Amino acid sequence: MCLGIPGRIIEHVDPDNAIAKADVGGVRRNISVQLLEADGLSPEVGDWVLIHVGFAMAAIDEQEAAESFRRLAQLGQVYEDELAELAESDIE
Amino acid sequence: MKYVDEYRSPEIAAQLSAEIAALADGGHHKIMEICGGHTHTIYRHGIEDHLPDGIELVHGPGCPVCVMPMGRIDDAIAIAEQPDVIMTSFGDMLRVPGGRGSFLDAKAAGCDIRMVYSPLDALKVARNNPDKRVVFTAIGFETTAPSTAATLLRAAAEGLENFAVFCNHVLVCPAVQAILDAPGQDLDGFLGPGHVSTVIGAAPYEFVARDYGKPLVVSGFEPLDILESIYRLLQQRVEGRAEVENQYTRVVPWEGNTRALEVIDRTMVPRDAFEWRGLGTIPDSALGLREEFAAFDAERLFDLPGAVVEDPRECQCDEVLTGQIKPWECGVFGTACTPETPIGTCMVSSEGACAAYYQYGRFNRAAATAGAGA
Ligand code: SF4
Repeated sequence: MCLGIPGRIIEHVDPDNAIAKADVGGVRRNISVQLLEADGLSPEVGDWVLIHVGFAMAAIDEQEAAESFRRLAQLGQVYEDELAELAESDIE
Repeated sequence: MKYVDEYRSPEIAAQLSAEIAALADGGHHKIMEICGGHTHTIYRHGIEDHLPDGIELVHGPGCPVCVMPMGRIDDAIAIAEQPDVIMTSFGDMLRVPGGRGSFLDAKAAGCDIRMVYSPLDALKVARNNPDKRVVFTAIGFETTAPSTAATLLRAAAEGLENFAVFCNHVLVCPAVQAILDAPGQDLDGFLGPGHVSTVIGAAPYEFVARDYGKPLVVSGFEPLDILESIYRLLQQRVEGRAEVENQYTRVVPWEGNTRALEVIDRTMVPRDAFEWRGLGTIPDSALGLREEFAAFDAERLFDLPGAVVEDPRECQCDEVLTGQIKPWECGVFGTACTPETPIGTCMVSSEGACAAYYQYGRFNRAAATAGAGA
């Protein structure tokens, strides 16, 4: 729950509700990008974000994403559990 | 990718370690890492093995599952037991023991309790089950509070009438202050949490430096981030400074995520007081729903026992959460209390210090200092 996982925005699914699809280590699920929409700016397709419980919380760059993935993978079970929970997610 | 290589570089780690040792100069420095994510990095990478003996890292209260008092778990279960209720929460919550067992026990006894990844998933359960009352037990620091807040706003916009939140969001700064106010407190500085700070920024910690004279460095999660942050803490001490610094600028803006703070403010207000496991009752330390969201507030919609339940006698989570003892010093650590059969909360969530010590084989003083985690 506290693990921030990097994801890459691949599609804007429902712009009215700020729902976008993100690719998180190969798992593709809808997330909310609403909390990154300050000043009318929304993350664009291709951007990397840090995701907590289905919400993009911070914009990050590709290097930070790569480094986070490497570190998360080292956590083993903790990270696998988080990804498994994400895979169950079905946000609309 | 110079950036990535720099983080992995053993040479830089060695250089930082040497500089830390020079700054420490044989003295004793007690540093608290507030966040459970940092605890993980510290043990996964054996950070303590790169530090001189005089630097003591103690774990703080930054694991939201760990600080949930037993009475709140019992309240959540009391809600789950009501007719036509579907209770939802994060996976971490399911095994947390209350005075009358855990969510998992209640589920085995027939309650409809479902794990969700996101509060938005709980919202979907509500949409799909219009004849049920769907309650989301919300936990977490400011990291997850904006998600609950945004979900409430969406529920209100959709006019959903069968969705409610049992709000247990807690605030990091009042907990840090409670630790600083505790008698006998002898900390020399803090590693500030990374993810909470993406939301609140670095500015709210300024009281730590200003009022208590302790340095705090908001830190990233890479091993080199932690080493660099410890280096910066010691540098401040050597120079006689106490300031808030942000080492994790690549993710944490000084002012935080203003949009996230705004949605919290629209839906929630600080409670007068909240009971924390291990820290007691702390004023203004948790969030409750605003009056305008009363229709979504499980605390207003359901009768809750609201009892204060004493922790089991053998449980020493309070001392672990305040950095007074290391997990292996608890009498039941690794014997009666394991991740499979947790007695205390610190063994439940992967962010808990006891769970981290257990996972990385730090079972006793020898293992805790012998480099078992590298
Ligand atoms: S070993 Fe168990 S009871 Fe003891 S402090 Fe850790 S979680 Fe609490």
